Amino acid sequence: MKIHEYQAKELFKKFSVPVPRGGPAFSVEEALKVAEVIGTFPVVVKAQIHAGGRGKGGGVKLAHSLDEVKTHAKKIYGMNLVTKQTGPEGKQVNRLLVEQGCNIAKELYLSILPDRESAKIVIMASEAGGMDIEEVAEKTPEKLIKVYVDPLLGIQPFQLGEVAFGLNLPKPAIKPFKALLKNLYTLFTTYDCSLVEINPLVLTKDDDVCAIDAKVDIDSNALYRHKDVIEYRDTEEEDPLEVEASKFNLNYINLGGKGTVGNMVNGAGLAMATMDAIKAAGAEPANFLDVGGGANAESIANGFKILLSDKNIKGILINIFGGILRCDVLAQGVVQAAKETGLKIPLVVRMEGTNVEEGKRILKESGLSMITANNLKDASEKIAEAVS
Amino acid sequence: MSIFANKETRLIVQGITGNEGMFHTRRCIEYGTNVVAGVTPGKAGQTMDAVPVYNTVKEAKRASKANASVIFVPPPFAADAIMEAADADLELIVCITEGIPILDMVRVKNFLKGKRSRLIGPNCPGIISPGECKIGIMPASVHKPDGPIGVVSRSGTLTYEAVFALTNAGFGQTTCIGIGGDPVNGTNFIDCLKAFNEDKETEGIVMIGEIGGNAEEQAAAFIKAEVKKPVIGFIAGLTAPPGRRMGHAGAIISGKSGTGQSKVTALKENGVTVCENLGLLSDLCKEVFK
Repeated sequence: MKIHEYQAKELFKKFSVPVPRGGPAFSVEEALKVAEVIGTFPVVVKAQIHAGGRGKGGGVKLAHSLDEVKTHAKKIYGMNLVTKQTGPEGKQVNRLLVEQGCNIAKELYLSILPDRESAKIVIMASEAGGMDIEEVAEKTPEKLIKVYVDPLLGIQPFQLGEVAFGLNLPKPAIKPFKALLKNLYTLFTTYDCSLVEINPLVLTKDDDVCAIDAKVDIDSNALYRHKDVIEYRDTEEEDPLEVEASKFNLNYINLGGKGTVGNMVNGAGLAMATMDAIKAAGAEPANFLDVGGGANAESIANGFKILLSDKNIKGILINIFGGILRCDVLAQGVVQAAKETGLKIPLVVRMEGTNVEEGKRILKESGLSMITANNLKDASEKIAEAVS
Repeated sequence: MSIFANKETRLIVQGITGNEGMFHTRRCIEYGTNVVAGVTPGKAGQTMDAVPVYNTVKEAKRASKANASVIFVPPPFAADAIMEAADADLELIVCITEGIPILDMVRVKNFLKGKRSRLIGPNCPGIISPGECKIGIMPASVHKPDGPIGVVSRSGTLTYEAVFALTNAGFGQTTCIGIGGDPVNGTNFIDCLKAFNEDKETEGIVMIGEIGGNAEEQAAAFIKAEVKKPVIGFIAGLTAPPGRRMGHAGAIISGKSGTGQSKVTALKENGVTVCENLGLLSDLCKEVFK
């Protein structure tokens, strides 16, 4: 689960990771109030969306007076912010963060994430802050510090030192940096984060450290034990169809844009393979939809409704490999959903596995016009032809 | 022959009294799997059908001489269940559970170091040696006994699809293993490839990967260096967008790493025949596994 920068900073404060003074604002008036409370200038007005690259897109502005705060807040609040992470369609800004400016001596990069290959927790740091970390890894790999922490032992003092000295920090900044990293690690493990990133982490002119940015992703699978952050979810940042699908426990991803073939599959791997097959047949998949290995007639019906809410769709492919889910049950779900929704676009059904003959009979006798297919290749070619 | 699980496997089911556990235990027993005990804390003394239930894995092992376990417990308790099975020194632990927090699995993986237990999964369909033993949730009917093909995959239904294609083409399977769709798992591709390479009755291997991580790239290098048998590879997710988790927690393209194309290229460059369209797998098998 992604959360906003101001929410991440609330967590930072809770774990004594230093951040600039300030707070969120949900209107221009509130932005002014926050600036008044801060009381000194400059202050920074920052757009809060779930995407990086906000500064370059015009979503971060420095203000030297309340008038400037008003001007910038008016401009940013409600704007459609386009960054390289939002895609060309951009995202509307509905929340602002106003905070104290910082006297920057140097910008650093710091992140913590689980490393799938080593099954350790890896700390990454670099003197080249403010840059995209992938760019750092590619262009100046020697500048990237990586420290692997044993999750059973936790972070050790020598490891804090490795990062601190690796960053060539001035002597007075070593101690506050080590404290920051130790606290950040505690935050990371306490909240089951899948990423904590500070880019940039600022070394100030008086040799202190301060997180002027904050990115925290929380492992959705662990939310059951972090009920206090569930309210951080901002569904306005998500695709409305994906939000709808999540209510039915369906795993739906809108691929955005040109796709015309809706598809519904049981199992994530098979769903990806089905998208690939649609593309290979010359059509464009509109979505990923995994109804789950244990899908039933109801989840099939719900999946159908989600697919049909995407107005770009010209045809639907259902590909089910019945294991636990029997084909006759699936067929009943399809017939029911097609009748309820008054399906008007071509439907190709391919199913295989348990009770497949009975399933095929149910589809045939339903009187619905649908195209049946024998295998995935056949199915993808038939749907590609139907939507062309 | 088979790898990791066979006729001699004596299985404990952790979470045997839950809905999932009960349902799949019955299917495994029907298939001929030797299910010798179940574990549900607090339910010792009960039975599930004829299978005796114990409070702990150690008690169950002592009473039944089990050497393997399959785990059907919900995500909040699954990591603990794996560690309990490993602490009881079982040879094989198969964890079906989907949705275990990644930091739990990171800890489990480090806990397993130096222990002899082999973990398969989590978030996987399990392992089946057709005709001998089924430990997991895969539909038994699509499999065909007596080899000569070994199957290893990160996916569930996609594996059934591939196995079905093999069976239709007349190829039986020695063992089919789902290693799971999570970013941190127990047994990996290389462990399975190595075992299949050494197994006398396995003559060819089908390996099914997907986007995310670099396990396929590493497996490809291992195949070139060590594997003497023909391998067919398939990669799912060539059309997946970057930065999105495609159902499986581990199926995500991060920046430039983990793309489907890089995996396909790595497989091809290392002598693996890549299946470009899953619908053509039967034909490809006939060509490659003559």
